[in-house]
Amino acid sequence: MTVTLRVRFVRWFHQLASPPYVYRLAGQLAPWFAVTAGLLLLTGTYGGLVLAPADYLQGDGFRIIYVHVPSAYLSMLAYIIMATSAVVGFIWRIKMAHGLAVSAAPLGASFTLLALVTGGIWGKPMWGTYWQWADARLMSELLLLFLFAGYMVLRASFDDREKADRVSAILAAVGVINIPIIHYSVEWWSTLHQGPTIAKLDQPSITMDMLSPLLVMILGFTIFFAWLLCKRLQGEILNREGHARWVEKLLEEITR
Amino acid sequence: MNAFVLILQRDLRLAFRRWSEIATPLMFFIIVASLFPLASSPEASQLRESGSAVLWMSALLSSLLALDGLFRTDAEDGSMEQLILSPAPFGLIVLAKILAHWAVSGVPLLLLAPFLAISFYLPLEALPTLIIALALATPTLSVLAAIGAALTVTLRGGGAIIGLLVLPLTGPVLIFGTRATEMAINGESALGPLYLLAALAVFAISVGPMAASAAIKVAME
Repeated sequence: MTVTLRVRFVRWFHQLASPPYVYRLAGQLAPWFAVTAGLLLLTGTYGGLVLAPADYLQGDGFRIIYVHVPSAYLSMLAYIIMATSAVVGFIWRIKMAHGLAVSAAPLGASFTLLALVTGGIWGKPMWGTYWQWADARLMSELLLLFLFAGYMVLRASFDDREKADRVSAILAAVGVINIPIIHYSVEWWSTLHQGPTIAKLDQPSITMDMLSPLLVMILGFTIFFAWLLCKRLQGEILNREGHARWVEKLLEEITR
Repeated sequence: MNAFVLILQRDLRLAFRRWSEIATPLMFFIIVASLFPLASSPEASQLRESGSAVLWMSALLSSLLALDGLFRTDAEDGSMEQLILSPAPFGLIVLAKILAHWAVSGVPLLLLAPFLAISFYLPLEALPTLIIALALATPTLSVLAAIGAALTVTLRGGGAIIGLLVLPLTGPVLIFGTRATEMAINGESALGPLYLLAALAVFAISVGPMAASAAIKVAME
């Protein structure tokens, strides 16, 4: 029993390196992700904007947390997914892993930007400023955005796709090693600076009716990200395999 | 190890023959730092406050400026392929090249920094700390910039991209370097940030050459 399971798992793992299989798998998963993400995001938005009580300190302003926290979390998840799959692709020479890394990069950059923008909008009424240089998490997010940008620019400057895959994988690996160093050094730096006074006030610990919509939103955003990733991966595969026979067959099926 | 010494000697000899390439980043370092008071204000109190930041930013930018040709000339004339094929570990060869480059770009910078620091009215007591901090920080910067140079070795006009790739990674060095300098200016012991700079340097020197050599191999294949 265990042997057959293992054989099946190994076969499935090898299938993940095959473009037509991954294309079909992503196509099958995408609608499920889309529906689940839609339901979760609707529920979470209703819960966050209507059901959750207003914060006694921040009023209704705190409700931006339901967009801000999920996007900040996804920006980091996207970088980890990008770097991990790029390294897997580099070591075992799996093109599909590189494809996944390429698809994750612009999504991660978008979520990083979204986290920064919503953070600024939130910061203006709460801290009195859109941007706070002395905040460790803000600086880390900004540097993360630069790392995403560097990865995409480096890729774009190579004509040869395979070379771009392998060179950018090294950059992604260097970046993922550096992220904790950057994060902790920035944190150490900002604790030595004078912190913003309003943020020094004790944050009220979040209550259950505020927290549960947040958790729903985080899950919804993650599945939304998975849906986008599936769609982008499909596009990336078609881009790479444009002249393969199975793609031509697929085209015939669609146009028929 | 023999290969390490030979590459080091070769690169140093080449560097001294093309002395203009050594001089350019140093002149850049001096000029950027001297233009700064024109852009802000020549007042002593303000210069003392921003002096360490100016020194560190100029050092960072000039170390990036210098690195573009580190691997490119060898890659273009074909000697890099021979180095890759040689039996000596390629990571060691890359380390020798980085070390040679640091010796001609980082060390003169250490020697120049005290004069600029004095012109920015930094107290004399802070100078030893500043030099030690720069001595610990410039190897890390060289390794990081070498990774950038390696990633872009086959790209035409890679110089501008190196900055984009490498500058976000230099944050920690900048933080600990300026912090050590500021603590020394205030008369405190700067051992904490100096130890952290040393740790970063050890980490960069042990891991960085491997990443750079992998990048060169991939880019040249």
